[in-house]
Amino acid sequence: MTPDRDANYYWRKGKNWAATSFSLACVALALLPLFLIFIYALMQGISALNLDFFLQMPKPVGEEGGGMANAIVGTGILIGLGALIGLPVGILAGIYLAEFGNNPLGVAVRFMCDVLSGIPSIVVGVVAYVLVVLPMKHFSALAGGVALAILMVPTISRTTEEMMRLVPQSYREAGLALGIPQWKTTLRIVLPTALKGITTGILLALARAAGETAPLLFTALGNRFWSTSIMNPIGSLTVFIFDYAKAPFEDWNRQAWAASFVLIFLIFVLSLTFRLVTRQRYDHN
Amino acid sequence: MTTIEQRNATVTPTAVRSPEVPESRQAGSPAVKMSALGINAFFGKTQALKNVSIDILTNRVLAIIGPSGCGKSTFLRCLNRMHEVAGGTMTGTILLDGQKIGSEDPVLLRRRVGMVFQKPNPFPTMSIFDNVAAGLRLNGFQNRRALAEIVERSLRQAALWDEVKDSLGKSGASLSGGQQQRLCIARTIAVSPDVVLMDEPASALDPLSTAKIEELIYELKNRFTITIVTHNMQQAARVSDFTAFFYLGELIEYDQTKKMFTSPDKKQTEDYITGRFG
Amino acid sequence: MDSRLVQAPSVSTGTLQGDGMTPVPFGAKSAIGRLMPNIGDFVFKNLTRLFAIMVFSLVFLMAFEMYRGSRLTIDKFGWSFLTTSTWDPVQGVFGALPFIWGTVVSSLLALAIALPLSLGVAVFLSELVPRWLEGPLSFMIELLAAIPSIVYGLWGVFVMVPWLRITVEPFLAKRFGYLPFFTGAPYGFGMLAAGLILAVMVLPIITSISRDILKAIPNLQREAAFALGATRWEVTKIILQGAKSGILGATLLGLGRAIGETMAVTMVIGNRSDISASLFNPAYSMASVLANEFAEATTDMYTNALIEVALLLFGVTIVLNGLARMIVWGMTRKYKTP
Repeated sequence: MTPDRDANYYWRKGKNWAATSFSLACVALALLPLFLIFIYALMQGISALNLDFFLQMPKPVGEEGGGMANAIVGTGILIGLGALIGLPVGILAGIYLAEFGNNPLGVAVRFMCDVLSGIPSIVVGVVAYVLVVLPMKHFSALAGGVALAILMVPTISRTTEEMMRLVPQSYREAGLALGIPQWKTTLRIVLPTALKGITTGILLALARAAGETAPLLFTALGNRFWSTSIMNPIGSLTVFIFDYAKAPFEDWNRQAWAASFVLIFLIFVLSLTFRLVTRQRYDHN
Repeated sequence: MTTIEQRNATVTPTAVRSPEVPESRQAGSPAVKMSALGINAFFGKTQALKNVSIDILTNRVLAIIGPSGCGKSTFLRCLNRMHEVAGGTMTGTILLDGQKIGSEDPVLLRRRVGMVFQKPNPFPTMSIFDNVAAGLRLNGFQNRRALAEIVERSLRQAALWDEVKDSLGKSGASLSGGQQQRLCIARTIAVSPDVVLMDEPASALDPLSTAKIEELIYELKNRFTITIVTHNMQQAARVSDFTAFFYLGELIEYDQTKKMFTSPDKKQTEDYITGRFG
Repeated sequence: MDSRLVQAPSVSTGTLQGDGMTPVPFGAKSAIGRLMPNIGDFVFKNLTRLFAIMVFSLVFLMAFEMYRGSRLTIDKFGWSFLTTSTWDPVQGVFGALPFIWGTVVSSLLALAIALPLSLGVAVFLSELVPRWLEGPLSFMIELLAAIPSIVYGLWGVFVMVPWLRITVEPFLAKRFGYLPFFTGAPYGFGMLAAGLILAVMVLPIITSISRDILKAIPNLQREAAFALGATRWEVTKIILQGAKSGILGATLLGLGRAIGETMAVTMVIGNRSDISASLFNPAYSMASVLANEFAEATTDMYTNALIEVALLLFGVTIVLNGLARMIVWGMTRKYKTP
């Protein structure tokens, strides 16, 4: 017997249409929060976003105005500390993965990086607390920096690896064939070729670290006053957002939105740059 | 779309050069199953086919030969609009049983014009049975006994039944390459298409499996109209009734296989067949 | 592992010396160059290897430190820490059940909402999207993952929670009030808010990994189905079938993220350690209790209890992530080497 080839045609067409519509609806629904958050951050934040926000200190409770100068500097210091500790470790581990990583150790490190990047940031905060705050017996910017460093390392090493792997093998071979030792080939030929991707990748990792709150809550703690000492508690944009969001003052709420806007803007720009940079391929294969 | 000129431009071996088949499309002679008229195909800005016109005769095997990149696979894909899946576009007219295709849903067309690919591609998540039944099940064909019957018949026709009848529940991916390809042929013919398109179906297989596939094509042409793309000239000579030679997106020559391989009209064809280029 | 000396690449240093034109024979260098022509490579390779091992050991260091930091409560309460619900820092009695409950329920709620949505988006990105739209759309999904948790929290507090309190929860109570999930006063802050904000946050992860998995499935599979006369949706169904295990992996990664998510949840979940069936009621999660109480923990026992909560989070997310990564890796490798 020969089955009817066109049986159920309209039923099948209908299902196809329904599934396509569902898929489209999912996209719309998924992107809705993104737009809403952008719009709100823009609308609410822009009114509090003025020169004072960047240059003034926070005003005492109940007074209007003021800014987050200390928090901006604080976030900068925290990121700097994190980068100081995290960058060398992450980059060197990434070089190992890219250039020597085709062995069991490489697989294991890569696996651990992926697993590490899934660990909740608050847990990393607890580890930094145990490692730094407990021995020092007080909260400090240093502890916050350590937490951020631990958070950065897996991203940095995987980015470094991936960007270096994009460099065609022929570049390495060309270097080696000239009699240049491998370490020089890696540092002088491969790394510079991949540098743009690695730099933007790292900047993006730093920006995302700047958006972290949880690991700072009980390491860097927070500080309403000016402080640049790495041994003392230090304020940060994110912790300020957390405190100001809970506060019953509209002015503070607005400043929280402004800080959020700054963070989103930073991440948006760096994400876009990273995407544009990594889109370029190396033509010489 | 179809103009008189285009129609006349169609190369019809039946009309022009075939002593075996008299004047075209008379009773008793093989009817034209599909006609391609002035086909141009594009992938992005590159033109893969240039004004190709061909008639495909019912229950005959047409072999398409030519060097790599000559557009033979693209032409095959145009016949059941699979070129769209690969992101290509096409102008010109294709007739199936005298009716123009292209405006209707490709889903319906592909039911009638099936395709076997270069690399065997059974669905890895399905058993052998389910692979063969896949096309029917899509149609909502539920009758289990009839389904089993059709699966068995298709596997027999694909000369695979004896090898797999005891392991129909095993994954299609567990078979050897040659068996997988025959499974794909069974899957294609299970929905009873009119035309079966084969895109270098044996190029990924060993000589023994290749011989089996060729034998199979010979058997199948009694029930189906078959068009096969091949880069293997011996294969074209062995399995086909008609041969078309493509070069750089153009149809150079189209004639009975016997004639093509003994005394082709065009110099290019002769050069290619004798191995002087390509 | 002992072959590392041998493995050092054998390209020698300095075949050209002096004026750079006259080739100098191998070994005509200093004594150390003769002994070990690749000293630079040796140092370089082992230095980078050292740092790679450091990254690898980080996980174990973290586990060890947290275990050390929570020994007091582990020894004192044992398994009852996980099964009792009294959390009394003053009396020094600690049971984490309400937090575990809050974490589990809010995460599952998030998955229930996000999974179908993510699959819809992933299918769109891998099967349906026009080429010009794919880049911008993927970028937007990426951005969704990059927005800081605290910003989600802020948006949750000022936009989502009022919407839930005024619109959604009264509606649910009116229509489905007979179900135990939708009873009680509509606070806005509560389990529903946490689940919803988490759904938004895990969606990009599940989406992007599922999309990668779907894209890894060879086009041959799609062509086979199309050539049988399958519709776009029927092709997709067959492709999804083949991607099942990878999607499971993506889901586990999403679950891991939901479980550990801190700031946004802390800001909207209500922070009350009740165990209740109603999604309207405020609850508490493991991560939020850390965020709220850690800095103020005064006694050693209290700190130890909180570190144990962190250790628990750590263990669960490590296992989930490890499992998920293995599934996803295996899946992509299967299709990369046919």
